[in-house]
Amino acid sequence: MDLSLLERFDKDNVVVEKLDTLINWSRANSQWYFQFGLACCAIEMMAAAAPRHDLERFGAMPRASPRQSDVMIVAGTVTLKMAERVKRLYEQMSDPKYVISMGSCANSGGPYWQHGYHVLKGVDLVIPVDVYVPGCPPRPEALLQGLLELQKKIMTETPLRKQA
Amino acid sequence: MDLNKIFDSVSSIDGVELNPETNLIAVPSASLLAVADKFKNNINLEFDFLMCITALDNGDSKNFTIAYNFHSNKHNHSIEIRVSVADGEDVPSLSSIWKTADWHEREAFDMMGIKFTGHPELKRILLPEDWEGFPLRKNYEVADYYHGVPIPKDKSYWE
Repeated sequence: MDLSLLERFDKDNVVVEKLDTLINWSRANSQWYFQFGLACCAIEMMAAAAPRHDLERFGAMPRASPRQSDVMIVAGTVTLKMAERVKRLYEQMSDPKYVISMGSCANSGGPYWQHGYHVLKGVDLVIPVDVYVPGCPPRPEALLQGLLELQKKIMTETPLRKQA
Repeated sequence: MDLNKIFDSVSSIDGVELNPETNLIAVPSASLLAVADKFKNNINLEFDFLMCITALDNGDSKNFTIAYNFHSNKHNHSIEIRVSVADGEDVPSLSSIWKTADWHEREAFDMMGIKFTGHPELKRILLPEDWEGFPLRKNYEVADYYHGVPIPKDKSYWE
């Protein structure tokens, strides 16, 4: 189910589809992301949210509270000091929640891999990550693609089934 | 005012020496406050700006050098002085003379473990307060875990 259904019918009609799909569709297209940045990647995230790239076209808008956020974009270097805070903020988000790891630092420690005594070597050491966006920093287009990949991933979910 | 004239005005203080090769003024830590006072208050020097404090590990993590860079906005001259200290030896804090020394000294303490006496609040400025060791020392070794989070050092699985 997607927007291609629009304006296909001459009069009111019924569409038969799984409820899962409807839920996924609404979740995927309202990915409110948690508004916080850690380093230079945050500048690119801001650029992605600004009018030229406009994340809000895809239903992604920044929220300043973890309680209202659906997706956490970890944009930048996660220091060990910050790692505990990132983990706590992730735990404060309500389900369903997703994580986009943006940039080399969040993916693997990036340039701090070798000698960064204080840098977390990948944010996936403390929280589960759904999409990794490579780049140092990634261009806004790359972040957009990451968001679209996350939408594709959400569309494959089965939220109504019993969780194991 | 050139280097030699600046040196002449503090050369009477105990142990202050000018290295002719490097053009740096060496100051023993016991004389640091006296030199600083002269730098700040001598009408011909008037160093109103402490630009930077740098701590250097001399290679064995037992001997350190602290470099102070001063600048005078009034006379438009600059100078660097150096203080050598052994590990654990106290250095007088300059924060009572230049406020900016407060955070510079905290950073030197945070990274190199240099102790400044007379500092109003000598604690870590960047790292978490429960951090162990001083990471910019040559003999520092990265811990395996920090609060249960692993710090991997084996890079073979990545490369």
